[in-house]
Amino acid sequence: MNLWQGIEPSQLISLSILLPFVGALLVIATGKSPNLREAVTLITAIVLFTVVLAIYDYISQGGEIGLELIELFPGLSISFEVEPLGVLFALVASFLWIVTSVYAIGYMRGHNELNQTRFFCCFALAISSVMAICFSGNLLTLFIFYEVLTLSTYPLVTHAGNDAAKKGGRIYLGILLSTSIAFLLFAVMATYSLTGTLDFRAGGIFDDSHNKIVLSVLLVLFCYGIGKAAIMPFHRWLPAAMVAPTPVSALLHAVAVVKAGVFSILKVMIYIFGLDELKDLATTDIMLYIGVATILLSSCIAMTKDNLKARLAYSTVSQLSYIVVGALLASSIASAGAALHIATHAVGKITLFFCAGAIMVASHKKNISEMVGLGRQMPITMAAFAIGAISIIGLPPMAGTWSKWYLTIGALEADKLIVVAALMISSLLNIAYLLPIPVKAFFNTTTGEAEPWSWSETREAPLPMLIALSVTSLCCLVLFFYPQPLIDLVNMIPGVSTQGEG
Amino acid sequence: MLEQHLAALPILLPLIAAPIALILGRSSFSWAFATLISACACLFAWQLLDLALANGVISYEVGGWPPPWGIELRVDAANAFVLLAVSALSTLVLLYSKDSIEKEIEASKHTLYYTAHLLCFAGLSGILLTGDAFNLFVFLEISSLATYTMVSLASDRRSLIAAFRYLVMGTIGATFILIGVGLLYMSTGTLNMLDLANRIDIAESGRTINTGLAFIMVGVSIKLALFPLHMWLPSAYTYAPSAVTAFLASTATKVAVYVMIRFIFTVFGVDHVFGSMGMDLILMALAIVAIFKCSYKATVQSDVKTVLAYSSVAQIGYMILGISLVSATGLMAGLIHIFNHALMKGALFMAVGAVFYRVGSVDITAFRGLGKQMPLTMAAFTIAGLSIIGVPLTVGFVSKWYLVTAALEQNQWIVAALVLGGSLLAVIYIGRILEAAYFQERPDSQNTTEIKEVPWLMLAPMWALVLANIYFGVDTSLTTEAASSAAEWLFQNNEMPLGNQAEAK
Amino acid sequence: MNFILDHYNYWIVVFLMMTGFYIVITANNLVKKIVGLNVFQTSVFILYISEAKVSGGTAPIVTEGATLYSNPLPHVLILTAIVVGVAVTAVGLALIVRIKRAYGTVEENEFKKMDDAI
Repeated sequence: MNLWQGIEPSQLISLSILLPFVGALLVIATGKSPNLREAVTLITAIVLFTVVLAIYDYISQGGEIGLELIELFPGLSISFEVEPLGVLFALVASFLWIVTSVYAIGYMRGHNELNQTRFFCCFALAISSVMAICFSGNLLTLFIFYEVLTLSTYPLVTHAGNDAAKKGGRIYLGILLSTSIAFLLFAVMATYSLTGTLDFRAGGIFDDSHNKIVLSVLLVLFCYGIGKAAIMPFHRWLPAAMVAPTPVSALLHAVAVVKAGVFSILKVMIYIFGLDELKDLATTDIMLYIGVATILLSSCIAMTKDNLKARLAYSTVSQLSYIVVGALLASSIASAGAALHIATHAVGKITLFFCAGAIMVASHKKNISEMVGLGRQMPITMAAFAIGAISIIGLPPMAGTWSKWYLTIGALEADKLIVVAALMISSLLNIAYLLPIPVKAFFNTTTGEAEPWSWSETREAPLPMLIALSVTSLCCLVLFFYPQPLIDLVNMIPGVSTQGEG
Repeated sequence: MLEQHLAALPILLPLIAAPIALILGRSSFSWAFATLISACACLFAWQLLDLALANGVISYEVGGWPPPWGIELRVDAANAFVLLAVSALSTLVLLYSKDSIEKEIEASKHTLYYTAHLLCFAGLSGILLTGDAFNLFVFLEISSLATYTMVSLASDRRSLIAAFRYLVMGTIGATFILIGVGLLYMSTGTLNMLDLANRIDIAESGRTINTGLAFIMVGVSIKLALFPLHMWLPSAYTYAPSAVTAFLASTATKVAVYVMIRFIFTVFGVDHVFGSMGMDLILMALAIVAIFKCSYKATVQSDVKTVLAYSSVAQIGYMILGISLVSATGLMAGLIHIFNHALMKGALFMAVGAVFYRVGSVDITAFRGLGKQMPLTMAAFTIAGLSIIGVPLTVGFVSKWYLVTAALEQNQWIVAALVLGGSLLAVIYIGRILEAAYFQERPDSQNTTEIKEVPWLMLAPMWALVLANIYFGVDTSLTTEAASSAAEWLFQNNEMPLGNQAEAK
Repeated sequence: MNFILDHYNYWIVVFLMMTGFYIVITANNLVKKIVGLNVFQTSVFILYISEAKVSGGTAPIVTEGATLYSNPLPHVLILTAIVVGVAVTAVGLALIVRIKRAYGTVEENEFKKMDDAI
């Protein structure tokens, strides 16, 4: 952190966005030599994390950072401003990028993937736009980089180049682009024409002078326009995107892209509508129950999927709606829970995806039914899977406990018992579709009962992948015992507090 | 001397140069000459815009006869802005055409092509600059005749029929304008546009004037290919040589849109056309139908040039929609889109021409696997395509932004939603082509010949336009400033009395 | 009746215009289309010329004793328009010659069958 002390704080923002971008260029330049290329990716990731840490440092001491780039339209410019929620997301994304880079190196080499340079380049570009989303100072900036993120991840989804990948890519791009243009852009422009500003402001930019019905419509447009939040019925792109290589699914479709979606929703709710205004809107409850339905339905769909990645994808759809529901409860604690869930779900889900990829590379198994007894061959992977699964379910001693805790309290406080019930049922469903996998892997009764287990049986994935998934599963544990920095960060968001109102 | 006649130069220069280009005889000589002339005209246009933004209106009396008796050239922010776009595009297309036409036009006709191009350019400049209604008709026909010739130059015989149809439709359109101008002259006794605006007396001879208005609007609508009078456009664009299509798509229809703006705002007055005649509703309905019908048609074509041609008709719909919103912002959105669409369509057609240059076909199947073999061309196509869709940081986004803002300002929420809905169709028709280029393998039969990137002389203008797409998408100050001052000028100043011109000059 | 007689020039113009227009639309032969186009344009020329006539005025040449002249400007305009019309006819006919060479026919329904795409 002292590393960046000499630098103007506002330059830190441009640094955090430019670093991955320059990294992407360097990746292309060094494409001929894989070792050098991967070194570039890793170093960029680490340096980026230190930059974000420096921003965190500055913010937690009460500093304010803003940066105005170009005036795109009169009175409306591409501008950046650091606020706690963005820092939280940036911390999660930049830290997990390091881990994923390590993992990706093992995966891409172990799997003998083609076009690795394109892969690493697009990956870095995606991270660059995620950073820009984190620190965006107004809705226009957020929208622009939201689109850049969609476009830069498209080549990653279609990476395999076969028919399935193309079809997945078409659904991916089709849903994300069309919802963002038809709903989000419309909502953004309508907001601009109603209020004359697009800046994120504490307490929101709408007030009582605006027509409630118009605002209600806008709320729906925002919720569905941010297609990356995968609220049903616009969730189909997420399972479709699972044709991508596992590191992509892990970082982008469990962390960066989808979290960019729910992050945008949280931002809109907190800084555009304002939680107080949100309570009075007619559609808040409707969207809330659609979110609840998404939680339950996608959990049920997840149970029917035998393909591990597909099951995890539907689990992600369900977990994303936790955050949406948290935001729409419009209570201070629930929003805090939602913000925390960005971080806790990220570490949990990325662990699960890492494990899925490790299983694929080591034993070429994609379906859950084939994984019975796999615990003997891949004990570390399966143990990590169990940890991740428990964290997603939200049981102690894993990180997921905290966010679910605050979400539930928030729902209770808002007197929304249906939401409380849905959260509980969903936890049970999570247990039903996640826990059997490691359980069956370890405690199967069919084979190998007689012989004692020994290390020689293990056929684990390559070392970089193991390191990565161990690190993230450890994070699940650590965040349970030391959630304080994150909670402090969340409490700094205006109007949001883990202590409840006021 | 040069300063004094600056307003006339963008017309005179290419007009005089056209026969010289023919006399030069050698293809490369006339290419170099035509490009040089066009570049000079572009410089003059730049200066004119500068002057117009600084001093307001520049009036030039042709032959020294003062208006309203003589023909007057009037330069204001609106037409200087469009003129700059037209002359810049003309120069870039000429640069591009040297290699491109070698594949598509017989060698003996190369000099004829350059001659026709210069004539067309002279006509377009004339339409833009003239302040005289009849003179406008003459320039319109000069440019149109040159256009028919250029379309027919392609080696595909279907281009002949396309050109013939275009000729019939175009002549009917021009004659309609002629009738309209005649009727106006009948009831006012003048042809100078400003004078016309002052003398038009609805109360006394309303019926004649309204008939004239109807004839002119229909005639101009044929020229600018407003739905449902667009039938000539897709076949003409498809079968014309690529360089010609690139030039026409980015200039000719735009100039016709400008003519419509001029007649509505300067001659008849916005209050009359939109207020008492209710033409805004007609235009808006037609524009919206054009956007959806033609975007849809674009999604089902297999010839990429036809796809882009239908897309052009749809994009013209956006421009007309901007005009029909009856506000300074709407008009500004229309003007910005004239400029921006020229940039995107120019780049797209150039990229398609480059594909034809190497592959010999522009069917969507010919695009398969080109992403690897012609990376620069396809990258250009991708960026320009994203611009058509309206992705942020491209000019397409800027146009759409202002258009939607204008619609919201007028509380036309549905129109705003439809504008955005229209871009979803653009996602489909551009996406189909990109998918073929990047995610499909080349068919085996064509794999035998190695496909390389096109010569740099074709790539350079293409990329110049692509970079302009990005530059003007990020730094919008120039386009916004020019378009907004033009729009305000058209809205407020359209009743400037004749006496003021002398001072303005 | 008077209404028709008083504006007889306009009736002629309208009749010619519609005749020309009808030929352009219905004719199958491209040369006939051009002829129709010419009739159509000529009707407009007559419209201009007839509106230039000032009742009781003489030809616009300065002579002694004449105080009222017809308006000369439309004549000049129509001279230009005729030139434009001739040019259009020339280009159209040139195209027809090339179509004849390429397709061997100038009948629209015949070459329509040869190229499906148009």
